[in-house]
Amino acid sequence: MDILAQQLVNGLILGSIYALIALGYTLVYGILGLINFAHGEVVMIGAMVTISCLGWLLGMDLQVSPFLLITGSLLMAVPVCALLGAGIERLAYRPLRNAPRLAPLITAIGVSIVLQNLAMIIWGRQYIPFPDILPHEPIHVGPATFLPVQGVIVALSALLMVGLLVLVHRTRLGRAMRATAQAPSVARLMGVSVDRVIASTFVIGSVLAAVAGVMVSANYGQAHAYMGFMLGLKAFSAAVLGGIGNLAGAVVGGLLLGLIESLGAGYIGDLTGGFLGSQYQDVFAFLVLILVLVFRPSGLLGERLADRP
Amino acid sequence: MHITRHASFTMALLAAALTVAGCSKTEQAPRTTPDGKRIIVIGHAAPLTGAQAHIGKDNENGVRLAIEDLNREGFTIGDQPVHFELDSEDDQADPRMATTVAQKFVDDGLHAVIGHLNSGTTMPASRVYNAAGIVEISPSATTPKYTQQGFGNAFRVMANDVQQGRVLGRFAVSELGAKTIAIIDDRTAYGQGLADEFEKAAVAAGGKVVVREYTSDKASDFTAILTKIKGQKPDLLFFGGMDGQGAPLAKQMRALGLTSQLLGGDGIHTAEFMKLAGPAADGVVASLPGRPLESLEKGPDFKKRFESQYGKIQLYAPYCYDAMQVLARAMQRAGSTEPARVIPELKKTDYEGITARIQFDDKGDLKQGAITVYKAVGGDWKVLKTVESN
Repeated sequence: MDILAQQLVNGLILGSIYALIALGYTLVYGILGLINFAHGEVVMIGAMVTISCLGWLLGMDLQVSPFLLITGSLLMAVPVCALLGAGIERLAYRPLRNAPRLAPLITAIGVSIVLQNLAMIIWGRQYIPFPDILPHEPIHVGPATFLPVQGVIVALSALLMVGLLVLVHRTRLGRAMRATAQAPSVARLMGVSVDRVIASTFVIGSVLAAVAGVMVSANYGQAHAYMGFMLGLKAFSAAVLGGIGNLAGAVVGGLLLGLIESLGAGYIGDLTGGFLGSQYQDVFAFLVLILVLVFRPSGLLGERLADRP
Repeated sequence: MHITRHASFTMALLAAALTVAGCSKTEQAPRTTPDGKRIIVIGHAAPLTGAQAHIGKDNENGVRLAIEDLNREGFTIGDQPVHFELDSEDDQADPRMATTVAQKFVDDGLHAVIGHLNSGTTMPASRVYNAAGIVEISPSATTPKYTQQGFGNAFRVMANDVQQGRVLGRFAVSELGAKTIAIIDDRTAYGQGLADEFEKAAVAAGGKVVVREYTSDKASDFTAILTKIKGQKPDLLFFGGMDGQGAPLAKQMRALGLTSQLLGGDGIHTAEFMKLAGPAADGVVASLPGRPLESLEKGPDFKKRFESQYGKIQLYAPYCYDAMQVLARAMQRAGSTEPARVIPELKKTDYEGITARIQFDDKGDLKQGAITVYKAVGGDWKVLKTVESN
């Protein structure tokens, strides 16, 4: 029982991070029908910028709490990522908006490779350690333990997800986003500045990515120019699992994928009598993904999209 | 359905893009420098991008320093002054990419290659080098299979996984007093090979392996398997893998309150591991083939010169330096760079290197494979014990 509780906590932490990144994929897909493969790299840039700023702040020797320092650095990383997101959209996607669907997909991969190499030129090839300023004392809740930073990760993810839902469903910008998602040409006729809405979507997605980047690097204590690739792939799968284009779906998909990975690694050996071990944890996660897609091709919460013009 | 098709398409594209990125200039031998020295191009392959790029660059710098030394001392082969040139290629730690790089070296007419870094890349590449009949010296591939293929052209200047795993397995049980043991490996040729040999030796020495778990060389979250291991309360946890995974693993052990002794091989014995794991590194035990640099005659000097040029030694740079020196000296004795004449001379090598006295057995393995076990204390690797593995 103790182990189960701990595995659920592990899955929840991992899942919160996946969900936050998955939101970025799903937001852009919902509006443009485009899979922004560079999103994982925005997460990486967010982590890198935060660590650099953190190093700079630590150098000033301010006597404040580590969480405040991280918040400060995050506030510097957010505009960088927001600009980056808007820039990617402007340079790599907007000129191709009316091109065949494969063209922006290829530029997305191109942007992702460019960003990886750019990060390697700026920050080097090595793993970048996250400054060791966070408390190491675990918090015990019942039989499970977690670090304070992990508690912050889960709470902050939840807060951001709720914030995003409110933004999309309760604000003017959100309404414009939904209108653009339904029919860009009609939205334009109704006076919605489609270009601006799309740029805002990329900015919002990138801000979430920046926060996720900080969470990942703080949680694992390191960042690397290639960290975005695997994370992006997992988060993208989570978005598909939940129903890509659907915001609640991304959250459900992310949490579910985190839990499946965690429980899969923890129990697959016992369930199969040792025949399969934790080396199958990714296989297990993707098997669930395949099964869901076979029976629900548009994902758990996805709706069947009408063909776009 | 669109999505799945896109995803697979992406993978294909990515693979194609990476293949193209690996190709570059071709070289024509023989050329000479303006002052009449014959140019000899030496191939070097290691991951220069990706998660192990820092170790790959360290390897490249090790070879580079040796080449600079040789060029400075006016090295001659067959009474002709020569100038070594380095052609360093990125194999991305990917077995498929490794064969592409190997083929490029062969196509360029190179006679010798220092590489590759990983066991997983060295194995497929060695077949290409063997077919072309050119010399391969790996500084750091430790899988026993590399030299068991019966290729006459394959050498290495580092103890293999059998030797290292055996020492670690015995050390875990007899010196660290572990009765129950958990094992995690990263499923690479290196990680799995080392973990297999460790398991055999530990069991033979009377230890009990209670759980064996697996991860990947790209993972960063180990909480699920560590939680499972915590349920078994092992005395010791052995990790077969590299520093990029070992460091977060050490941290997550602390966070989960798993107090087992962490033990690893050369893959986590890096300066980077210390930096990444921070205080969680304290008390971790790891081995490195060879004797401590400080204990060898030329070691401290090498360390000083290397670190003033390239920064801290990550891991295998000294082995790369030795590999290049051994190769150059065999070429000198042969009076030629032709592999057919160099290989017999390589087999006769008896060279006092900076990592060990280097002599090869008939398979191309080191004759004396001393292995040193270190413990992380306050951010440094302190020598615990040097063990003769044979």
